[in-house]
Amino acid sequence: MGAPVRIVVAGAGTIGSLYAAHLARVADVAVLTRREDHARALEERGLRVSGRADLTARVHASTDPDELGDADLVIVACKGGDLESLAAQLAGRFAGATVMTVQNGLGAEEVVATQGEWPLLSAVTFMSGTRHADDHVEYVLDTATWIGPYRETSAADAEAVAELIRSAGLEAEAFPDLRPAQWSKLVFNATVNTVAAITGLPHDFHYAEGMLGDLVHGLVEEGKAVAAAAGVELGDDPWEMNVHATRRGHRHSPSMLEDVSACRPTEIELITGSLVREAGSLGVPVPLHTAMYALVKGKEAGYS
Amino acid sequence: MRVAIIGCGAVGSLFAANLAQLGDVEVWAYDASAEHVDAINTAGLRLSGAGEVLGRLRATADPAELPPCDFGIVATKAMHTSAAVAATAHAFSNGCVATVQNGLGNEEAIAEHVARVIRGTTFPAGKVLAPGHVQWDVRGDTTLGPFEPKPAAPAEIERLADACTRGGMPTKAVGDARGPQWRKVIFNAASNPIGALTGLTHGRVCERPDLRALVSVLVHEGKAVAAVQGIELDADPEELIDHAARPDVAYEHKASMLQDVEARRATEIDYLNGGIVRFGREHEVPTPLNQAIWALVKGVEQSWTR
Repeated sequence: MGAPVRIVVAGAGTIGSLYAAHLARVADVAVLTRREDHARALEERGLRVSGRADLTARVHASTDPDELGDADLVIVACKGGDLESLAAQLAGRFAGATVMTVQNGLGAEEVVATQGEWPLLSAVTFMSGTRHADDHVEYVLDTATWIGPYRETSAADAEAVAELIRSAGLEAEAFPDLRPAQWSKLVFNATVNTVAAITGLPHDFHYAEGMLGDLVHGLVEEGKAVAAAAGVELGDDPWEMNVHATRRGHRHSPSMLEDVSACRPTEIELITGSLVREAGSLGVPVPLHTAMYALVKGKEAGYS
Repeated sequence: MRVAIIGCGAVGSLFAANLAQLGDVEVWAYDASAEHVDAINTAGLRLSGAGEVLGRLRATADPAELPPCDFGIVATKAMHTSAAVAATAHAFSNGCVATVQNGLGNEEAIAEHVARVIRGTTFPAGKVLAPGHVQWDVRGDTTLGPFEPKPAAPAEIERLADACTRGGMPTKAVGDARGPQWRKVIFNAASNPIGALTGLTHGRVCERPDLRALVSVLVHEGKAVAAVQGIELDADPEELIDHAARPDVAYEHKASMLQDVEARRATEIDYLNGGIVRFGREHEVPTPLNQAIWALVKGVEQSWTR
């Protein structure tokens, strides 16, 4: 893969917007949106980033993938719940592009893989932001995107995209095998996001001590047992990630807590759902994750 | 005989107003709400719904006003037991005190202040509509028995049960009242917090197979803790949970804990799932899911005060 200059960002939520606006500094960026008025806002006013960056990017945007032109790199940045329909929109298009998924949880690559023959990269991102408007996101946490090969891609391809993202002003790192990092994040998210969604507590000291700390620790231990049974050696220890995050002095509201507060569908299927299904097929008991899975889905069912 | 109701909320009011119908029982009510107390003293204590009752009784928010009583019936929320009984114990120096509260640990808290204690479990329910006026939602039975470490005499328990029954609150005196108590605790601990954590009514919890399975795990742990103590449940909580989920029973019922969470009031989780966990630890029976649910509901409470 040569240095990609034409990039399509599919999905313009917080994460997609952060990629699109930054990458527009170093590449031609087109954004695939779900709503017409969103595309219009981006076309007319550009895409503004505040917070850790301060820029307004010119981007091309449309709800119709055929309007976006060809691409060297497609970044699939939608929420897990929108993945199936968005991947179907990519089918038969963007021949010659490499496609990179950045969804939480497991299995996004498989979903995209069924829709076309593109070379695929896996990614997970730890950066975060707050969406203020269709054309304005705030860049909050400047933590990295981790990238690794998935299908017909090499470590060098992953490094090339990581370098491109770094040149755009974001943090990125390439790994020869992403699974350790992906699983660490999966176990971390399945634990912290669900506890936050059910209790309403932002990710703070409560998660590292007392009764709630015991529950968080129990959830992490179950997740580690599943990873071990799947033959994955974890990257960072999810419990250490948890303790570290609660000490950064910034009380982060995990995305699943924001979703339930706004009565939006959560990423529970992609995160805890994939962990519980994996555990089931490996025969590893995960009673605590099974309970959190049922509770979050019950909470979604109660949206009025 | 003279009976004082300690904590005259919904359940306390059902006992107070019904007992006040009897010519041979003088009823007092102690409650922290001055408005409720004033309304009762002015116009009486009114029940409507499952029964229309007007009870004439003496109410006070000042524990010092309580005269010596033959019986106390404690009906506060479980977290207020100790303070309420400590404040009123002087009235029971020759009497005995029964609990009709939710959860585990109330008898122990009462026994720190009173010599003779009656273990009790009650199923009627209602809600306070306005000062002096309580909605009676559900009729049901009450069971009274000795609190084994500091028991009331069987004759005393019979006497209180007889008065309640004659007043319109069917009550049985038994030799071992732990069965109904644990049946109710297990029922509540398995179903209330799931409603509170998800926002779903009892019926909607039960029709979701994944949540119903979680309820069963909680029941199973509770049964194991009861069994190791030699407690025989008087009915299977699983069947009661399914019965309550029927459209004609309590499908639409929002668990009291869900009502507490919606109003951001402290819940009784420490005395339900927390109680099962404590008794489980004491008898070395693992209760991991009750512990998880306990931690989650405490987390919900902590989210209000941050």
